[in-house]
Amino acid sequence: MPLRVVERVGGRTTELLDNFGDFCIFVGHTFAWLLGGLFNVKHWRLLLPQFYEVGVRSVPVVGVVGAFIGMVMAVETYATFAAIGQESRVGSVINVSVVKQIGPVLAAVMLAGRVGGALAAELGTMRVTEQIDALRVMGSDPIRYLVVPRFIACVLLTPILTAYSDVLGILGGWVIAVFSLHVPNQAYWYYSTHGGVGTWQIMEGICKAFLFGGAIALISCYKGFNSGSGASGVGRACTEGFVASFIAIIILNFIFAEASQQMYQAIYGLKSIFG
Amino acid sequence: MSLIEFRNVSKRFGRQVVLDHIDLQIEEGESLVIIGASGSGKSVMLKHMVALLQPDEGEVYFDGRRIDPLPERKLTRVREQFGFLFQMGALFDSMTVEDNVAFPLVEHTRRTREQISRIVDEKLRLVGLPQVRRKMPAELSGGQRKRVALARAIALEPRVILYDEPTTGLDPIRADIINELILKLQRELKVTSVVVTHDMQSAFKVGDRIVMLHEGHLIFDGTPLQVRATDNPIVRRFVVGEAGEQDLEALRPTVG
Repeated sequence: MPLRVVERVGGRTTELLDNFGDFCIFVGHTFAWLLGGLFNVKHWRLLLPQFYEVGVRSVPVVGVVGAFIGMVMAVETYATFAAIGQESRVGSVINVSVVKQIGPVLAAVMLAGRVGGALAAELGTMRVTEQIDALRVMGSDPIRYLVVPRFIACVLLTPILTAYSDVLGILGGWVIAVFSLHVPNQAYWYYSTHGGVGTWQIMEGICKAFLFGGAIALISCYKGFNSGSGASGVGRACTEGFVASFIAIIILNFIFAEASQQMYQAIYGLKSIFG
Repeated sequence: MSLIEFRNVSKRFGRQVVLDHIDLQIEEGESLVIIGASGSGKSVMLKHMVALLQPDEGEVYFDGRRIDPLPERKLTRVREQFGFLFQMGALFDSMTVEDNVAFPLVEHTRRTREQISRIVDEKLRLVGLPQVRRKMPAELSGGQRKRVALARAIALEPRVILYDEPTTGLDPIRADIINELILKLQRELKVTSVVVTHDMQSAFKVGDRIVMLHEGHLIFDGTPLQVRATDNPIVRRFVVGEAGEQDLEALRPTVG
């Protein structure tokens, strides 16, 4: 019995390492084609449809999520700040949270669901219906043709969508704080920018969005490429793609926050929002 | 020298041996039909010919050159000489018929848009579908989809066309249209054809040589006339479409 458990754990570990190795090779091929094809104008025509799919079609959902995050942050933080008589400083917390953490992470999670799911489903269906084999037979590398344009679109557009989500989050928080909770308008913006949101905070959110976009594209495309057969196989690829992207976003966010914090303290030292 | 050659090729998926030390030569201009039961490994064999799959053992040659160990980048030149008709057509469903047929030309040639458009028109006429070029694959019937896929497969004027179950899922009349099309392409383009099928009517019509794959081995190799005259019981049963004792055993009632 214990031997069987060890065998099962060993088997599962080997399988996981095997899959991770495959994923690394997949990522390696993607970067090789990315660098090799960057200056080939012929490949640029593949980008436009992906920009539309990843960027334009995500605008409504990312906007709605961004605005409501700001609104919820205002409602939740106001009571705590009011209890200690600091309600006029509520803007700094709302905006720092939106710009640095919640905005980029939730925008990325929304994209993992909307774009990542669509990528895994599309490529999974292409695999099941032999369209990926057809590409290979016609001498076109599927990674170059399918993955690289999607990767570029996700990497370039996730930060733009994050910035857009941040703007709507800030506006959502401001509307609730100023017009519903009656925080003085001038104080709201004054404390938001003095000791609150600065270039560093904005850039931190935008920079991590590049990583999130890359992770969503690579994970979802990999899952689609290795989808099982039939409708259930494609469905499983979508679910696994979303779950793995979500976990990657959370882990990358932690690593990035840790690194960014160390850098910030090394450059500026500790700063208090009540300073 | 044969155009395509399998030397001692074996392929396993997990514990299942699909191809077991297969030797096969296909000559230029020949029309070879591979028959066998569903799941016997016919499509696997076809995919080895264009290195979509690599053998676990053995070697695959095209035009005297070993192709199975070649990396994907080097296979491009080899694959340009093949046209492959997939079982379900494998048309890109995000593109129109015109874009599908033009795809290999856009990817691998430096022709102008007008030249490509002319070739697309010519290939669609060749398969008898000049009127569908603006349609999406989802708007086509099964037979039309296969014919468009065939137009795409011949866009680069390949030396070899591989057909994976070209008549499966079609009614007898549409299946016969596909058979006639295969013969027409052989006549007009002088290509080598390899057809995988379990449709014996199609096999007899388009093949000038038939091989049968059974449990990983090639158990028969001969002309259509030799197939009709064979006394090999497995081949005979397959040709007349008769279930064996072993197959029927599973259907017999177990109680009462």
